[in-house]
Amino acid sequence: MNHTPSDAEQTSTAASAAPSVPEPRLRVDGLTVRFGGLTALDDVSFEVGRGEVVALIGPNGAGKTTVFNAISGLVRRAAGDMRIDGAPAPARPTGLVGRRVARTLQGLGLFDSMSVLENVLVPLEARSGAGGRGRRGDAAEQASGCLGRLGIAHLAAVPVAALPYPERKRVALARALVTDPDLLLLDEPAGGLGEEDIDTLAEVVREVAASGCSVLLVEHHVDFVMGVADRIVVLDFGRVIACGTPDEVRADPRVEEAYLGIEPAA
Amino acid sequence: MDRLLFLLATGLARGAIFALFALALVLIWRAARVVNFAQGAMAVVAVYVAFAVTGLTGSYWIGLASALVAGGLMGLVVERGVMRFASHASPLSGVIIAIGVVMVLQSALGIAFGSNTRPMEAPFSESPIVIGGVPVLSPYDLFVLILAVGLMGVLALLFTRTSLGLQLRASAFAPEVSRLLGVRVTRMVTAGWVLASAVGALAALLLVPTELGLNPHSADMLFVSAFTVAVVGGLDSPPGALIGGLAVGVLISLVTGYLGATVAPIAVLVLLVAVLLVRPGGLFATTEARTA
Amino acid sequence: MSADTNARPAASATPPAGIEAATPSPRTSGPLTTSIRAPRERRRRSTPRLLVTALVLTLVAIGATFLLDPYRNYQFALIAATFCATAGLTLLIGLTGQLSLGHAALMAAGGYGYALTANALTDAGVDGVPRFVVSLAAAAAASALLGLLLGLAAARLKGPYLSGVTLVLVIALPAFTSVFSGVFRGDQGVQIAYDGVPEVLRRIIAVEQWQAWVAILVAAVFVTWLAALRNGRAGLRMRAVRDDETAARLQGVRAGRVKVLAFTASSVTAGAGGAVLCFVTQSVSPGAYTLAFSLLLLVAVVIGGLGSLLGAFLGSIVIVMLPWLIQTATGALDLSADAAQRLTGNLPVLVFGVLLIVVTAAWPGGIRATLPKRLFSKRMPRAAAAPAAGPDAAVAADSDLEPRTDSAAEPIPTTTER
Repeated sequence: MNHTPSDAEQTSTAASAAPSVPEPRLRVDGLTVRFGGLTALDDVSFEVGRGEVVALIGPNGAGKTTVFNAISGLVRRAAGDMRIDGAPAPARPTGLVGRRVARTLQGLGLFDSMSVLENVLVPLEARSGAGGRGRRGDAAEQASGCLGRLGIAHLAAVPVAALPYPERKRVALARALVTDPDLLLLDEPAGGLGEEDIDTLAEVVREVAASGCSVLLVEHHVDFVMGVADRIVVLDFGRVIACGTPDEVRADPRVEEAYLGIEPAA
Repeated sequence: MDRLLFLLATGLARGAIFALFALALVLIWRAARVVNFAQGAMAVVAVYVAFAVTGLTGSYWIGLASALVAGGLMGLVVERGVMRFASHASPLSGVIIAIGVVMVLQSALGIAFGSNTRPMEAPFSESPIVIGGVPVLSPYDLFVLILAVGLMGVLALLFTRTSLGLQLRASAFAPEVSRLLGVRVTRMVTAGWVLASAVGALAALLLVPTELGLNPHSADMLFVSAFTVAVVGGLDSPPGALIGGLAVGVLISLVTGYLGATVAPIAVLVLLVAVLLVRPGGLFATTEARTA
Repeated sequence: MSADTNARPAASATPPAGIEAATPSPRTSGPLTTSIRAPRERRRRSTPRLLVTALVLTLVAIGATFLLDPYRNYQFALIAATFCATAGLTLLIGLTGQLSLGHAALMAAGGYGYALTANALTDAGVDGVPRFVVSLAAAAAASALLGLLLGLAAARLKGPYLSGVTLVLVIALPAFTSVFSGVFRGDQGVQIAYDGVPEVLRRIIAVEQWQAWVAILVAAVFVTWLAALRNGRAGLRMRAVRDDETAARLQGVRAGRVKVLAFTASSVTAGAGGAVLCFVTQSVSPGAYTLAFSLLLLVAVVIGGLGSLLGAFLGSIVIVMLPWLIQTATGALDLSADAAQRLTGNLPVLVFGVLLIVVTAAWPGGIRATLPKRLFSKRMPRAAAAPAAGPDAAVAADSDLEPRTDSAAEPIPTTTER
């Protein structure tokens, strides 16, 4: 029974002996989306690990929101694979909550006839029999707690239509956070916010990521992105042209070329 | 079997009328993104005018012309006077206002003329021409077919070959851009309504002599059938309206012939539900219509 | 405008919303503890509060029947029956935007369900309260089934398509009764046995009053059920779907199911209304459930204010009383029989048509919006722990539905104005 294992055998034994790598929270593989004759996304691939903050940046029209829409099941993909925690991404938007994915919309998508609290309650009360009788009180508690964490607990009874834009954004964020998601998709969270609000936002994102939730965000505000992201994926015309840490991306000439918003000397 | 040919031929003639009326609905949908639930009532008003004019002058043809004019006028009045107040934010308000118009028009007709049904004479004989022992088609149905198809041809030419048609299509498809290019969009929308209402009035005028007669509710079933046609064909598809109209006309004719007139509304309902279950946007619809 | 709930701690001198939010303080505990309590209390309190309100209103209504003469009680019964249908319809249109033009057909389903069951039970020797209750249940089931089918078809349809299908349904109703005339007896309809006043009460009240009582009780039960639905989870989901369907779906709300539920619920109450009408008139026929009647239901909910239960009630009063008023007025004028008939038949419809247009175009909130401010002073009462006075509670619970529910509402809802 004496035999020296061949190279191939050695490698395979080594591979099987290695500890298994946990599935990334989100894996996008070769995603291609077409609208009629237009190819909005072309072979887009990237990963988001657990507790990681990844930013999707790129010029307008690069396809960033389309990536979100594909993951959310709002647009059909022509090719490619999307996996959340190893399992295929839900085919329909209504399946997101069950997979512990939450998403904000560029247009906020708040329910204007409702109060702040009611808006935040919707994902908790979305499914019938989602918790039975006792849970109704719990849902309200959970919602209020979330509002408190974002500093808008005192606005619980205010109709969202009456709120100024930064507060509306907080409500949208609260609504996304209230279900305690494992993957958070933020669509232009910093848009339209002043400096202080952006600092708060960055703090919230970091806190959320530190608690194990992965964050994928689409953003134009470069400083914010540089400060909060662990990795950056750069899209241009539907293709990934760069992927790496903020410093790597900043130094990448292809990115400079495509996206003039980045100051070369940073 | 010999009935079959007659029923088919009559069905085609009826279908041509439905297609015309459906075309009116399609025109307004494309122009204003609203289903004109008041189309039937507006058309009936025009038919009453024609009835009165024919009674005064003794000429069917002058009556027909006056129906066209009255129909166009109705379109102008309703669009400029009422429909433009409908909120663009919600499609519901347009429908509700149209329902209000229906109620006003039908009740006004009832007050002015009474609700009893007045028989209306057709300009041509309604008994079928018999060829080789087989009843084929009545002269009136032939007239209807020729007139309806002819009018549809004229409309097609208008839309595809004339400058007016181009402006109408542009305004319906892309109002903002058209404005920038100098098209008087509001005027085009009104023109669309006028044209559609005239067409609808003619369709109703052609239909009434074949029914029991004229009363304020004469066009209810016509609207229902034409709506079904528009749905089957797709609300924004004129060729769909044509094919759908002929199909629905034949269907109703066959059902009426073999199962009786009372069953006809059920057949329409079944067809409507069946089509909408399978293709919520209509059989010929493009993706645009799907968001109707 | 900032809310003034007693959940806000007086001590913290909370500055207006904008300023506070700018200073990051994600972990304040003061407002947190009190805000937790308010919503939970609201939840626990709102169902009992609703029931109490319903009870009070019912007793008031029953009390009122003693003050009315028999004909008025008859009209009261009609109003209550109509209210069952309009309550469901106003929520259907106001909360889920599904414009049904055929609700009369759903009432007819209830009416026929009631009549056929009542006759079957009479043949089996059952009468009195058991017969009524079982027949009412059958009516609700029949209309629920029809509503479910229609709702399933409708959930996939948008705007005008849905309205068109319901329109065709109500127009096709006489055809159904004719084709299946073995069961439905065609145009003459089905008659039921007369349900007199029970022994116990026979010396106290007349039959019209008794019928009014029955109508009021049925309306109370079904409308309260609707109100509970609206105040709870289902109502929240419906409003979410109405406000932004895509966003709602992203939050996990199954929009299609919500719409079907709304349609079915409104069908159930419509069926109950039809059953009551049958009970009061002892007959059901296609002639009683025409397109014109369906449109009257629409008129009632539009002028009352879409989405408002109180509005539906007021609208029901209008559509029952106005024709009677016009009839009385034209009777007082000296007109030929023909002219009088033309007027009484058509003038109400003319007035209603004008009202429909005017209200939709110019006066989005309906009657509801012109009611005294007092009713709306408890701003967002559903989130506030502050109790509203008895009858106002149900009304106040309506208030947050107001601005978005009308078809002609501004794109930016003005929840702040009343």
